[in-house]
Amino acid sequence: MSSPIDTLVNREYQYGFVTEVQSDTLAPGLNEDVIRLISSKKQEPEWLLDWRLKAYRRWLTMTEPHWGNVKFDPIDYQAQRYYSAPTSVKPKQSLDEVDPELLDTYKKLGISLTEQKLLAGVAVDAVFDSVSVGTTMKEELSRYGIIFCSFNEAVHNHPDLVQKYLGSVVPYSDNFFAALNSAVFGDGSFCYVPKGVHCPIELSTYFRINAAETGQFERTLIVADEGSYVSYLEGCTAPKRSTHQLHAAIVEIVALDNAQVKYSTVQNWYAGDKDGRGGIFNFVTKRAKAFANAKVSWTQVETGSAITWKYPSVILQGDNSTGEFYSVAVTNHKQQADTGTKMIHRGRNTKSTIISKGISAGDSQNSYRGRVQVLPRAEGARNYTQCDSMLIGNRCGAHTFPYIEVANNSSTTEHEASTSKIGEDQIFYCKARGLNAEHAISLIVSGFCKEVFKELPMEFALEAQALLGITLEGSVG
Amino acid sequence: MLKIENLHATAGGKEILKGVSLTVNAGEVHAIMGPNGSGKSTLAQVIAGHPGFEVTQGSIVYDGENLLDLQPEERAQHGVFLAFQYPVEIPGVTNAYFLRSAYNEIRKARGEQQVDPMEFLDVMEQKLKLVDMDPDMLHRSVNAGFSGGEKKRNEILQMAVLEPKLAILDETDSGLDIDALRVVAGGVNALKKPTNATIVVTHYQRLLNYIVPDKVHVLAHGKIVKSGGKELALELEARGYDWVLEAA
Repeated sequence: MSSPIDTLVNREYQYGFVTEVQSDTLAPGLNEDVIRLISSKKQEPEWLLDWRLKAYRRWLTMTEPHWGNVKFDPIDYQAQRYYSAPTSVKPKQSLDEVDPELLDTYKKLGISLTEQKLLAGVAVDAVFDSVSVGTTMKEELSRYGIIFCSFNEAVHNHPDLVQKYLGSVVPYSDNFFAALNSAVFGDGSFCYVPKGVHCPIELSTYFRINAAETGQFERTLIVADEGSYVSYLEGCTAPKRSTHQLHAAIVEIVALDNAQVKYSTVQNWYAGDKDGRGGIFNFVTKRAKAFANAKVSWTQVETGSAITWKYPSVILQGDNSTGEFYSVAVTNHKQQADTGTKMIHRGRNTKSTIISKGISAGDSQNSYRGRVQVLPRAEGARNYTQCDSMLIGNRCGAHTFPYIEVANNSSTTEHEASTSKIGEDQIFYCKARGLNAEHAISLIVSGFCKEVFKELPMEFALEAQALLGITLEGSVG
Repeated sequence: MLKIENLHATAGGKEILKGVSLTVNAGEVHAIMGPNGSGKSTLAQVIAGHPGFEVTQGSIVYDGENLLDLQPEERAQHGVFLAFQYPVEIPGVTNAYFLRSAYNEIRKARGEQQVDPMEFLDVMEQKLKLVDMDPDMLHRSVNAGFSGGEKKRNEILQMAVLEPKLAILDETDSGLDIDALRVVAGGVNALKKPTNATIVVTHYQRLLNYIVPDKVHVLAHGKIVKSGGKELALELEARGYDWVLEAA
């Protein structure tokens, strides 16, 4: 008798459509001229071009990292296109001027850029390939002094802020993909919350890759000034294509004294087909710097991408600062994920919490990699790490790579780990109570992920639960 | 209500049930007894549709339907309930949520309206009393960290909520102290109706002091070797199983 989960059908990736728009796309290849061209298309100031070129020159000296527990053939960087933007997108256009085709794309993704009533409580910056096509609620936010706009717009309108903080958390020399991003980034989102302001709504960026053979290299810079608060959401999808596409993004967060930033991601890039053809290579650098008494929380639900390589981290710079990382990473079929966090304790009495839940199904490999580093000055630092893995079926793998370095003797670190297998017994138990296999798996997995889901904003929690159900359908052989 | 004929079932290629026939009518309580390894639990699990067993021959007709054609969840939705010998833990899922999900699935199958969490709490209030359970149990994860007795009580609570037509209790008495046994049996008796039936699988006669069977069957080597009234259980208690096996 076949396994009950076997009988489930594989639902198609829901967001795999392609938008037919006329685009301004660069020929494949990367050199200084390409970078100059990208910079000139964005009418960037000289200092930013210089910064890009420095990053590029640094990148040329670096090698593609293969230390992660993921396997992929070396990428031909000259075969990639580094810029693609719909020709209809004009600099400084208002939302009323956005191409209806693009509006329709976002509508299909469940995001309305025009109908304000559907957006209650959330402001969106919509990034399409290499450009931002529009940002909602800008005027409403500006009443609070909050700046929320595309990165390119910030470069023009708030150059002092961008210049001060760009690369201050993730320097262009940080790693291979960060250097590449710094050289070629297209667009992204920028957010500044002034002193003492509690941002009244959720801010969000929605990343959409559309063009073929084109990488998406966006960057997000969030600056929360002293005593401010902001909650930021990120979503992402891409069309189904049979070749891999590179997504190398950077998110930098600066939380100044007493500020609080909550950054939540539901990552649903196209994962490739069940045999591992196509899908996004998601090689992302996300890092925050928390100054005195500041708090930064990363919450991520990673269900998509052929390969995920990302470690949202917190540098606990100031005394009494707090860093949190809550993660659910789900892999199915041939997906590979190597994800986790770094908590770098520099300040005294700094505190970090890491809760990681990995779910592997099919032939996938799912690794948690985390570093907890307590520097000599960070007296009284505390860390609690818990990583749990769940296996569905017999062909997948779960791995844990924790690194803990403590350089003083007044700090406490705790690490707990567990691995469990979702059993036919659990599923049968649910079925014997009238629940079908799909319902049973979603129930069991939701229970497993509960500690992370409760950290997600309401809008995302429901989406994440639904997404998990879809990702795991047909997951056991 | 239930008619099993010449049922053969294997697990991992090994035949465990070798021609079981059994008829259970509405309003009846049947006890299935027998030595360890005789196939008692297998019979219970095959009726519920456990995927680990393959039915190679024979039939099970329940309420006029071929039960073997139905998925386990469909059997549950049609009113078949198995109280597990080893209830399964589901960490992170509260008992209340699990029970309400099950309750709503079964209501849906019956064409009844689903209930929201508030309405469900009202339903639970009376049912908890039936098995003498603390309402706090509803907010704990399903069976996780429960004692053996709590798990068994939780099974009966589920039975009370889901109100099955055919309940199968698989060694529900094992590992229970006398007080818990009384509570569990009290719950089962309270749920008894002329329109439903109960099959009690047990190794010991003890439980049958509290749940009085209409019929007692001895299962040995994958077959029912003897059937009788409630006095058969007492005789087995006094004389053991050997004499039955020898006679068979």
